[in-house]
Amino acid sequence: MSVQPPIVQFRAAGKRFGAGPPVLADITLDVAEGEFVSVIGPSGCGKSTLLRLVSALSPLTSGDLRVAGTTPERAREHLAFVFQEPTLLPWLTAAGNVELPLRLRGVPAAERRAHAGGLLALVRLREAGGLFPRQLSGGMKMRVSIARALSRAPRILLLDEPFGALDEITRNHLNEELLDWRAKAPFTALFVTHSVAEAVFLSDRIVVLAANPGRILAEVPVPFAYPRTAALREDPAYFATVAGVSRRLHAAEEERSA
Amino acid sequence: MKSRHWVLWLPPLLSGALFVALWYGVRAATGLQSWILPTPEEILAAAVREHALLLRAAASTAVGALGGFLAAAVAGLLLALALGGARWLRNGLYPWLLILQMTPVIVLAPIIVLWAGPGLPGIITVTFLISFFPIVVNTTQGLLSADAHMVDLFRMYGATRRQELQLLRLPGALPYFLAGLRIAATLAPIGAIFGEYLVGNAAGGTGGLGFLVYSYNVQIKIPALFATGLIGCLLGFVFVAAVAGLNWALLHHWHDSFERHDR
Repeated sequence: MSVQPPIVQFRAAGKRFGAGPPVLADITLDVAEGEFVSVIGPSGCGKSTLLRLVSALSPLTSGDLRVAGTTPERAREHLAFVFQEPTLLPWLTAAGNVELPLRLRGVPAAERRAHAGGLLALVRLREAGGLFPRQLSGGMKMRVSIARALSRAPRILLLDEPFGALDEITRNHLNEELLDWRAKAPFTALFVTHSVAEAVFLSDRIVVLAANPGRILAEVPVPFAYPRTAALREDPAYFATVAGVSRRLHAAEEERSA
Repeated sequence: MKSRHWVLWLPPLLSGALFVALWYGVRAATGLQSWILPTPEEILAAAVREHALLLRAAASTAVGALGGFLAAAVAGLLLALALGGARWLRNGLYPWLLILQMTPVIVLAPIIVLWAGPGLPGIITVTFLISFFPIVVNTTQGLLSADAHMVDLFRMYGATRRQELQLLRLPGALPYFLAGLRIAATLAPIGAIFGEYLVGNAAGGTGGLGFLVYSYNVQIKIPALFATGLIGCLLGFVFVAAVAGLNWALLHHWHDSFERHDR
């Protein structure tokens, strides 16, 4: 892993909107290819902005950012984004939504249909391809949203609190499945969440941000080997890691209110 | 769920019966004569008596209404595409659209006769002017209402502007366009009748319902005048029903307004 250059490389990166105070300041962070990095921090600390910088939806205002060895704009073809809301097109079926990125690329219909079929099978929605979003549950919609992102075969998947609106059981299932999908179709993940438990379960490493301005307070490596299963959630070492990250997060929140 | 279907049909039936009863009551209490307030049965009798004339007039009005309505739908959609595409165009044209909408059609009528000519072209123009505004405003709003995250996603995934329009903005604007059509459908027959009243007479002889309004009025055939109103109303229902059907056909698969709450 260390021989390859990092796939995401922040160097003293900063972001401010207009003349306002900086949202992010002095972010220096490397993400290695294939790594799963979670970003956690108090609300308003710029977690989502961090993802928007990587995806070139928002330009940085100071420092440097390299993605897949180039600028974020040029790296877009390697990226896919999953938002907190499933953001499916309601007039397309589940399969139509999964195919969308391929359609935008001009992939022929038969080819993209076959590809979407495979992805729907991967996210265990093989039978639901013909259903419209309003016929799907919240968890199913999120699976479709992730399948759509995976249809781009991204090297980097950016996830902005994708499971934040789901109930805990569905969320835990999707956490396990996300790791499973990643084992089958490898990608580097940059994952924003509010849940420490989720971050620990999923990640190689957790980046704790402090707010005002958003900056890196701590980087916590997670010591558990993949594949991880639901059993990890009952491991005392898992609890200890969750407690450790929670302490850092509280420190970040206290610093904010101080 | 089935047992509650009466909620759909009983209240309008009851309110209708109450209205008719009130009508007879007012007539009996005031002793107004038929040529001031005809009873429903006198109106129906007039409708039957004059049915040949009324039907021919309704057909003529329907042609004008449909022509103006379709022109408004096409032009409304095209203009909305232009307005939705460029802010400068929106800012530049919107005040003029408002001015056009605010100017009473009755003032424009002589100009319309002058420019579009009397008869059908003038009637279609009046109908168009009356029904085109809600289509433009609604559709433009729809084109601008695409979900911000979806727009981000399209940009990130390298969509061209054409793809963004075709796959995101246009389908998203469809419910808005149809809502505009629904308003226009109620306005188009009124616009056509109004148009016939204003500019249609110059066509000579073969007027529509608007011409009959004029003609029955001067002949003081008041029950027949009411019957003309009734036919105009029915024509409006035909238009609204057609748009409702189109709305169902295009949206029922996916749109939340067709969500069944009894699942």
